[in-house]
Amino acid sequence: MPHPFAFFLANGWETHAPNRPQSGLLMSELRLTQAIYDQIRAHGEQTYPHECCGALLGRLTPQGWQVEAAVPAGNTRTDSAHNRYQIAPLELVKIEREARRHGLDIAGFYHSHPDHPAQWSQTDFAEAHWLGCSYVITEVANGRAAVTNSFHLAGASEEEKSFELETIAVEG
Amino acid sequence: MTINIPTPLRAYAAGSDCATVEAATVAEALQALTDMHPEMRKHLFTPEGKVRSFVNLYLNDEDVRYLPAKEQTVVTDKDTLSIIPSIAGGD
Repeated sequence: MPHPFAFFLANGWETHAPNRPQSGLLMSELRLTQAIYDQIRAHGEQTYPHECCGALLGRLTPQGWQVEAAVPAGNTRTDSAHNRYQIAPLELVKIEREARRHGLDIAGFYHSHPDHPAQWSQTDFAEAHWLGCSYVITEVANGRAAVTNSFHLAGASEEEKSFELETIAVEG
Repeated sequence: MTINIPTPLRAYAAGSDCATVEAATVAEALQALTDMHPEMRKHLFTPEGKVRSFVNLYLNDEDVRYLPAKEQTVVTDKDTLSIIPSIAGGD
């Protein structure tokens, strides 16, 4: 389905996959540098045919998260790494600790879908609990990174949560 | 002691990323936190009062659920309790 429009922001950021949720409100935007965008996608290629995963660190702006760093993490689902991922909570504790030292927050997470669309699955949804954060998914087809999408986990509670497609704005 | 509040729960803590509480145990610390920020309670606990299954509690670098005394573990003012929602998924 074609996107309604595409545009370049005045500061030179290119916007990918712009769209509007059914509410008609402007969607949130995940902003990151080309280097971080490439890093996330390359991680998926490195771990193929297994899923990669990691954390995104950044600062919250009125438009959405400004990502300052991507931190690769280990996938503890060694039993089913081709279609499942999990980050060990202790690893997250340490990632968050280090983020705080640099004045950053956990903005969200990224993972890959080997030979599977960059769309959230029922498993992704059931296991998503970081309300207000971004979940970035990259399809890695035959070992090469293809589409990357980001989804904002909206809602005021676990019972009201929903994934909303958001714009990815890449600098440079 | 210090309680680190994760991104999803800061809206219920007046935007704070941490809280300092007086407590003798992990359970008392969580009680103090939810006394300070009552809206946070339903996000941390089930209606029956148990910690929600996707909420991980770490006392410094130790998972509270695997400590011998679990939430009755004694804490000091030098300890840090981290609240970490689970992160997992897959296609």
